[in-house]
This record gives sequence, C-alpha cells and structure tokens, in this order.
Amino acid sequence: MSEVVRPPPSVGIGKKRQPARRAGHRMNPDHLQLALPFIALVVMLVVIFAIRPAAFSYFGFGLLFNLAVPLILASMAQMLVICLGDIDLSVGNFVGFVTCVVAVFLRDKPFIAMLLLAAGIVAYAAVGVLIQLRSLPSIIVTLGMSFVWLGLALLILPSPGGTAPDWLTATMALQTPWIPLPLVIAVALAAAGHWLLKRSAYGVVLLGAGANPRAAARAGWSLLQARIMMYGTAGGLAVLSGLALSGLTTSGDPNIAPTYTLLGVGAVILGGGSFTGGLVSPVGTVVGAMTLSLAGSLLSFLNVPPVWQVGAQGVILFLVLAGRVFIGRSGR
Amino acid sequence: MALSTLRERPTLELRAAAKSFGPVRALRGTDFSIVAGDVVGLVGHNGAGKSTLMNIIAGVVGRDAGDFLIGGTAIGADYSPAKALRHGVRCVFQELSLCRNLDLAENTRMLHASLRGFGWRGRAGRLIHGMLEDIFPEHGIPLRAKVEDLSLAERQMVEIARAYTDTDLPARFVILDEPTSSLGHEATAQLLRFIRRAADRGVASILISHRLDEILEVCDRVVVMVDGEVVGRREAAGLRRRDLVGMMGHIETPLAEEATRRSLGIKRIATPGTPGQELPIEASAGEVVGFAGLDGHGQRERLRMLFFAAGGEGEAAYVAGDRGAEGVFPLWSICENMTIRSIAALRDGLLISRVRERVMARDWVDRMKVKTDGIDRLLTTLSGGNQQKVLFARALATDAPIIFLDDPMRGVDVGTKQEVYRMIREEAAAGRCFVWFASEIEEMANCDTVYIFHQQRATTRLQGTEVTSARIVQASFGEDALV
Amino acid sequence: MQSHSIRQSPWLFGFIGAAVLFVATIIVSRGGGASATFHAAMAFSIFSVLVAISQMLVITSGPGNIDLSVPAVLTLCAYIGMGVMHGSNAWIPVGLLVVAAVGLLAGAFNYAAILLLRLPPIIATLASSFVFQSLAMNAGGDATIKPPSLLSAFTSLSVGPVSVLAVLVVLLTIGLAIGLKRSLFGRRLLATGQSEAAARFAGIRTRQVRLISYAGAGLFSGLAGFLLAGFTGGAALNMGDTYLMESIAVVVLGGTSVAGGQANAIGIWGSALFFNLLTIMLNSFRTPVGLRYLLTGAIIILIVTAATRPLTRT
Repeated sequence: MSEVVRPPPSVGIGKKRQPARRAGHRMNPDHLQLALPFIALVVMLVVIFAIRPAAFSYFGFGLLFNLAVPLILASMAQMLVICLGDIDLSVGNFVGFVTCVVAVFLRDKPFIAMLLLAAGIVAYAAVGVLIQLRSLPSIIVTLGMSFVWLGLALLILPSPGGTAPDWLTATMALQTPWIPLPLVIAVALAAAGHWLLKRSAYGVVLLGAGANPRAAARAGWSLLQARIMMYGTAGGLAVLSGLALSGLTTSGDPNIAPTYTLLGVGAVILGGGSFTGGLVSPVGTVVGAMTLSLAGSLLSFLNVPPVWQVGAQGVILFLVLAGRVFIGRSGR
Repeated sequence: MALSTLRERPTLELRAAAKSFGPVRALRGTDFSIVAGDVVGLVGHNGAGKSTLMNIIAGVVGRDAGDFLIGGTAIGADYSPAKALRHGVRCVFQELSLCRNLDLAENTRMLHASLRGFGWRGRAGRLIHGMLEDIFPEHGIPLRAKVEDLSLAERQMVEIARAYTDTDLPARFVILDEPTSSLGHEATAQLLRFIRRAADRGVASILISHRLDEILEVCDRVVVMVDGEVVGRREAAGLRRRDLVGMMGHIETPLAEEATRRSLGIKRIATPGTPGQELPIEASAGEVVGFAGLDGHGQRERLRMLFFAAGGEGEAAYVAGDRGAEGVFPLWSICENMTIRSIAALRDGLLISRVRERVMARDWVDRMKVKTDGIDRLLTTLSGGNQQKVLFARALATDAPIIFLDDPMRGVDVGTKQEVYRMIREEAAAGRCFVWFASEIEEMANCDTVYIFHQQRATTRLQGTEVTSARIVQASFGEDALV
Repeated sequence: MQSHSIRQSPWLFGFIGAAVLFVATIIVSRGGGASATFHAAMAFSIFSVLVAISQMLVITSGPGNIDLSVPAVLTLCAYIGMGVMHGSNAWIPVGLLVVAAVGLLAGAFNYAAILLLRLPPIIATLASSFVFQSLAMNAGGDATIKPPSLLSAFTSLSVGPVSVLAVLVVLLTIGLAIGLKRSLFGRRLLATGQSEAAARFAGIRTRQVRLISYAGAGLFSGLAGFLLAGFTGGAALNMGDTYLMESIAVVVLGGTSVAGGQANAIGIWGSALFFNLLTIMLNSFRTPVGLRYLLTGAIIILIVTAATRPLTRT
C-alpha cells in the first residue's frame, strides 16, 4: 500500500501536494530552477556573439548589460516584497521619482536630496506597517503608492530633464579592471543578496516568515518587524536603482521606469521565485533580470522585426516558465 | 536526576483553565500540572480539549480564565510563544510547524534566537544533527535537505529533534502532539526510549497520542480528557489499555434508542473493496451510513472521493464541517448562502426568481429553526451552530438523492445537534441517502450502518444494534477488523 | 458585526466624490462650463467603465486574479477592428464580430496559460500582453486606418446633452449588475471568488466559471478598443497604456473586492466619473498633473484603508 501517504487535512482541494522527494539522487529541483534562466541567458549570449563576434569584448559586455543594472536593483526590491507573499506595483514609479530627485537636487542641494530619498525609504517601510497592521491587500496599497510617486515625481520635475551629478555619471561609467562594471555589480548584488537573505541568521527568519508566517510567529518572531525590514530594504534598493538609472541617463524622468514594476515581477518568477512567499532566489532574480534586459538586444541582433520584439519577449517568458512545469513546480 | 533532586524541581501548573471558542467550551476549568522529569500522557477522543490545553501552554492561544505558573512564576495575559520559549516550553504541533523552504539547520535557527553571528549555521546544524542522532540513530535524513524534500515521517523526526535541542534556553517542558502518527515502528520505539532518557535528565514531556500502548509504555502518569474536562488522572503503572478506553468511552448521553431498520431502497453507492484489506462500502436510499475512526485514518478523504465521483449535476450535495474554508461564503447573506446549490431550479426565465429564492430560504430557516432576525443578515453573523444549520439547509433544499456530511457537527452545541439529527432521520425516512463522516463517535448512534476506518481503509462494519460507542472505539484502535 | 448596508457602502464614495466635484465645477464656473464638463467626463468614463468591467470580471473570480493584458487586448482589437473594416461602413457588423471573437479568444488564452502552465495570473497575463502587443503592431502596419465614418459618428452621437453610447454602457452596466446578483453565472462567479473550495463543494464547476470570466474580460477590453478607436479617429499603439492601472483603481474604488467574490458594476460608474471629473477639473484649473496623480494615489490608499474590514476569518 504505497498510496496511503495521507495529505494533511488542511490542504485545500485546489492545491496539489508536493510529493515528498529525496534530495541527492537526481538534480536538486532548486538548482534546476536556477539553471533555467541561467541557461536562457547563456544561450542568448552565445547567439549574440555568434552573430556579432565583436560584441564579445570588455565594451561589448558593458553595453549589453549597462541598462540591466537598475533593473536588477528594482527586481531585487520586488523580490523582497514577493518573499513575504506580497507584491509591489509602485517600484517602477518610485524609481522614476528617485531619478527626478537626483536630477533636480542631488548636484546642488545634496542635503535636500538625501532627505527626500530617506523619506522615500521610510515611506516604503510605512507601507509595510500599514499592510501588516490592517491586513490590507498589498496590490492595492502599492497601486495607490505608484500614483503617489508618479505625482511627486511630476511635481519635482514636470518634464524629463535636470542633470545628474557628475560623480554619479562617472561612477556608472567607471571602467573596472578586467570585468566590466555592470557584471561586477550584478555579481556583487547576487552574492550580497544570497548571503544576506539565504545565509545570514536573520535572513533565514525572514524567509521562514514568508513561507509559514504561523510557524514564525509560534517560534516567537515579530511579523511586523519582518515587514518593516523587507519593505524598508526594498525601498533602499529601489533608491539605488534610481541612482544607477539617472547615472546612466544623466537626467531625470518621472516616466522612465514604469515597466520596472512588472519586469521585476517577471525577473523574480523567472529566477525561480513564487508568489506563495518565502520562495525567492537573489541569484535567480539577478539572472532573471539580466535575461529580460538582454532579450531585447538579442531580438534586434537576430533581426527580429521591431513589431515582433515585444511579442517574442512574451514568448520567451512563456517558454522559460513552461520549463518549470516540467520540472514539476508551479509558480503559485 | 541527582542534580535536580538537590534543587526544587520546576513545575508547570495550570489551575482551573477555561477557554471558549464562540459557543464551544473547549476547556471547562481544567487543572493540569507537570514536574520536571515527568512524562505525562494526555488522552481523549477528538475534540476533548487536548489541543486547546497544549496551545495555551505554548502561548499560541490565550486562556479565558485560570492561573498559570511555570517554575513558581505567575504567567500573565501577555504570555506569547516567545515567552513560552524563554520558559523552556517547546511544542511539536500536529500540523508541523517547520518552514518547508528551509533546511534542517535553518529551521533549528528559527527556534533559537541565540543562534546567530558567525558560524551560526554550523552550530545549528550540529545541534539538530546531534539531537537527531541521539533520538533516531541511523535516521538517514540528508543533512542539507530542505524540509519540502523530506517525507512526512522525516519531517516529524526533525520537528521532534528540534524541540529537544538546547541552546542558552534549554528545553524543559516538551509537548508532543501525536508525534508518532507518521513514524514507523522502529522510529517510534526510538522516540519512546529517548523520552525516558530525557526525563532522566530532567526534561518533562507531555505526550498526546491515540496510540494507547505507547502512552502506557512511556508515561509516568496518564490524564484522560472528555469534553474539555479531565475525567481521570492515574499512575501509568498497572494501568491497562482497556481501562483507558473505558474512561474515554464513557459518554454521558446514552447511544441511540433502538435502531430501527428502515426498508432500504435502491443502492446509491457501492465500492468493490479489497478482499482481506478493505470492506466494500454500500449505501442505499433511505440509509444513513457513518464513517468513523481516529483522526487522519482516511475516512474524510474517502468521503470526498465518493462525493466527487458521485458529483455531477444534482446527484450529490455536500455539507462541509470546515465551515470557514469549505462551506460558508463569507460575503453572502443567509439567503444567498442557502440557495446557491438550488439556483438553477429557482430560475424564472433567465434570472433567479427573488420571490422563489426568498420563499425557499424562509421556509428552511423555519424548518431548521435557524435563530436569526432575517434572511438578509450575513451568514457569518450567526453562531456556529446556526451557520451549520444553514449549510445543512443548502444541501437538504436540493433534490440531490445522496447527501455527504463531512463532520458537520464540529463545534456545534448539543441542542442544535439534536435538531439536526431529527432532520436527518426525517429526510432519510423520506428516501434520502446520507453518508456521514463524524469525528465524535456518539454521532454515529444516528447511523444505520457504520464503517470504521483504520489506516486509510474501512476495516469494520457495524450495523443496527452493533453500533455502540464501545465497539466503535475498539475498532478505531484496530482491535477487531474486517467484521 | 457590520450590517449589510455598511459593508457595501464604499462604492458610494465614488458617486459622492463625483457629485462634490461636479457641484464645485458649477460653482467655480458659475454654471457656465458645467454642461461641457459633464459631457466630457461622461465621454471619457465610457471607456474607463468598459475596461473596468473587464478587470472586475477577472478580479472577482478569486484572490490573486488580475488581468494585466487589458491594455494590450484593447489595442489589438482596435487595430484588428480598424483593419477588418478598412473605413467601410458596411463592414462595421463584421468588424464588431471579429473584435468580439478576438477578445474572447485572448481571454481564453490567458486562462489556458494560467491553468495549463500553472502560472500565477499576474505573470500569465503579463506575458500574454507582450504577445498581444506584438500582434497589434503587426495588425496595425504602418498606416493608420481611419474608422468607418458611421462608427465615429456613433461614438460621439448625442441626443440633446446625452451621449447615446454612454446610455448604452449605462444599460450594459445595469444589466451586469443584475446578472451578477441574479443570473446563474453571476452567482457562481461570486461564489467561486469567495472560496473556490466552498464553491466546488456546492457543486460549481469552478474552472468553467473562471474560463468564462477571463474570456468575458477579453470581450469587454476588445469592445472598449473598438469603440475608443472609433471615438479618437483610429487605433494607436499607446492607446491602452493608461488603462492598466486605471482599470484596477476604478474597479476597487467602485466597491469590488480585490480578494475576490464581491463585485459592484454600478460602483464602477461612480469611481470612473470621479476620476475623470477630477482630471478635467484639475486640468481646467491648470493644476500640475503631478498633483492629480498624488491625489489619486492618496485617495486609493485612504479608501482601501477605510473600507477593508480587519480579517475576521481564522
């Protein structure tokens, strides 16, 4: 009688129970999850270099991944919120807001700029508090915040312009030895994220609180503190994303990054994350964000007509995610 | 032992603890105490209040009344899981509270605030691995595996081992709620031996289990609970299994009046069964068929399988016992909740007729004696018993020939139960077929036939006058099979 | 415990807000611009309402359900509709039918992706919106095709001060409101959205219900695109952009619960009018557009905080 492994009575009828699986015998599904976007990324790079071997160079890599940096940061912010089972619809517009603050204030009135950016981070943490204490749906609160950030950005800088301070532009154009800056940043972020969330003692508590809030509460942890930490850090990462973006574009624009919101969600899910909470991967998210940002370049290298490029991105997203079904884990 | 006898042995003590969930009195002034180094068994049938007692001790649920002392310190209303941990109270919950996305060391870290700083992972890993080795030698659990990759038995071992780990906060009182439910024979024996060893070190364990032999084997004392009250406290030495069953089975309400055999109509359900393993299950029109057994022995799952198999339009209706998750539509009124299963029949042209819908709802509110001041109230504003009556009405108001009852009397008061039993008997007499899973055995008195499940299989069939509380308890513990 | 009437009241905020804004406009303009303001607000609200209906159908089908492909389906259908009709009045019925079919298919495609690939709705509809966008670009080609003259005339047809299209959409909304309360599908949708498990045990085929709600969402998005193209003189690639966030905001402030199972069709008109009046009014005062967004966001958060009951389910 092998079928008598009983599902716990609390399991809803809609959910499929994960069969208990022995680790070790075959490839760990976690690693496969991670491998998926990584393979996609490598395949894309190989195709690009086959078409244009000149791109296989220090500068080529730099150009290909320059604009991935702010997306990676925004995706990491999204990842922290998704880790708690929430979603952040405001991060794209918040990044836009940050570019405006940077372009208008950072050069001449750095103190005001710092104050505004710090206030932004506090606001992010406050959103977490509101969501936790009133048990509000994060999707609506952050939708509201997305309008708030867009509004504030437009009030500071009604039309694209301003100037990022030279030091910021110079930082983003820094020529690091051997490995181009965007890759250095990507690796550093992946490593730091992995270490802080997956390896550090408190990161583990946060992951646990995302997956099983009841167990975390029973083990004596504060869920409010967890939300403040995650939302606050997400705000901080989004500020960095805005700084990087304005350093690249040298100016501010309220409407520069609304797509970061959903691309970030895509990167998290692509990188093996799931909306159920506690199942996110910093390394996967970084790779997912690079994959998504490279997809555009790949398609133009492939001479995919511009009108099909967006659709091809959608198809890529479907294909990679469909791979998960075959690995046997859903993104729910 | 030598050390602890020198000092005062710390005691955990609850006096006159009471707790109600809405109309249900889960604990009615219960006394409970345990001294360091003691092993106490806590037994009782489902819903006797064991879990509530445990949750109060673990800080998960607050008590309504009563005194609580740990090691002489009075415990106030601000007791919490964090405080419980600081007092050395550990808990292995029945539904397991490991985080499935984390590995063994990480889950251990969740329990110990002091496992941090450089090298915490190594320390946590050594802690849990050492304890696993201590309790379950040769357990074979991959040390780096995540909980989701472990089997149910392995998860249970990890959770048990985690509860006994010591950091700067040592484990002093460990509560084990059905710790052996998915453990194999060998692991169970290992655990029982370990509980004794831990007791010798001064760690007290509270063992909640339906497996009475285990209780008798390992415990110093046994506490028997029925209906939120302690009905017996005995030294385990010299106690027999039959004595415990006797104490639990003494239910004050006598079982049914003479079970009159009704003339049975067409067969509604018939499963083939497996010779030597499982009885065929049959249910006919006019018959009330019960599914009984201990928690988690497959009776509920079988009920659902049969429902979805019979499913189809109008063929079968279902009354859920887990009202919150599977029965009630929380945003809807009594009327809407009651008629949802019948809307197709209530149409007037394209639309559902308001008039007929309300007539149906009023009619059934009267027939079921639902206590409410109107059918437009939200269903969730009613008491649990009245909500359940509405869910009954939802099923009874249909023309479905088979009605499945999924432990529908959970948390329902006695008066309501009697009314609903009467309805069920009336409806059965009128030719309906009921298949009824109940966790409380006395409800089975209302059945013509009862199948008792043991280890996922229907192993015993009792009919008519055979349906007695004692026989059902006996059969649930696997005493006689395939009758 | 809250009574039935209080629970349903949040959607009134939209109507009250709209009324306050309208009165304010009349006072400020001394009655002068009132008619024009109202007319403009109605005209724009038609499309807000249609996309919001799409979003409402999906959101109501359960927690986590949301349709990010609304703008893409709208644009796709606008292009296909214009392409099919090619400016010819005789082809309008055909165009309408094709648009309806494309919308339904797009919605069904979304649900198929959710079900078969086991994707979260937010990701499935995001990915499919990329595909639909591309299809729209291809359907559009380079040249912008003018809508048939009759369609354009119809979308701005007024009898006296009343727009005919607005009246039709109001009727549609009323029909939906009645349907949600009193049709089999409406009840089943609300039941599924409140609790899929309870719905299944009440004998409801929940997958079928969700398929219909997604397909219906596609249909109304497509219809919105068809009419919007007629109204604005042709399809445009960015014509749907503003409707993504707006559709969610309008639905939620209209009294539909983002947790599913509670829909309010009439309330959509209140919040659509409110947002459009707010826009028109702030524009006419030459208020910075940033302030308008800021107010919109603050209002969303305020209302959702005020309207959400603390969880009583355990």
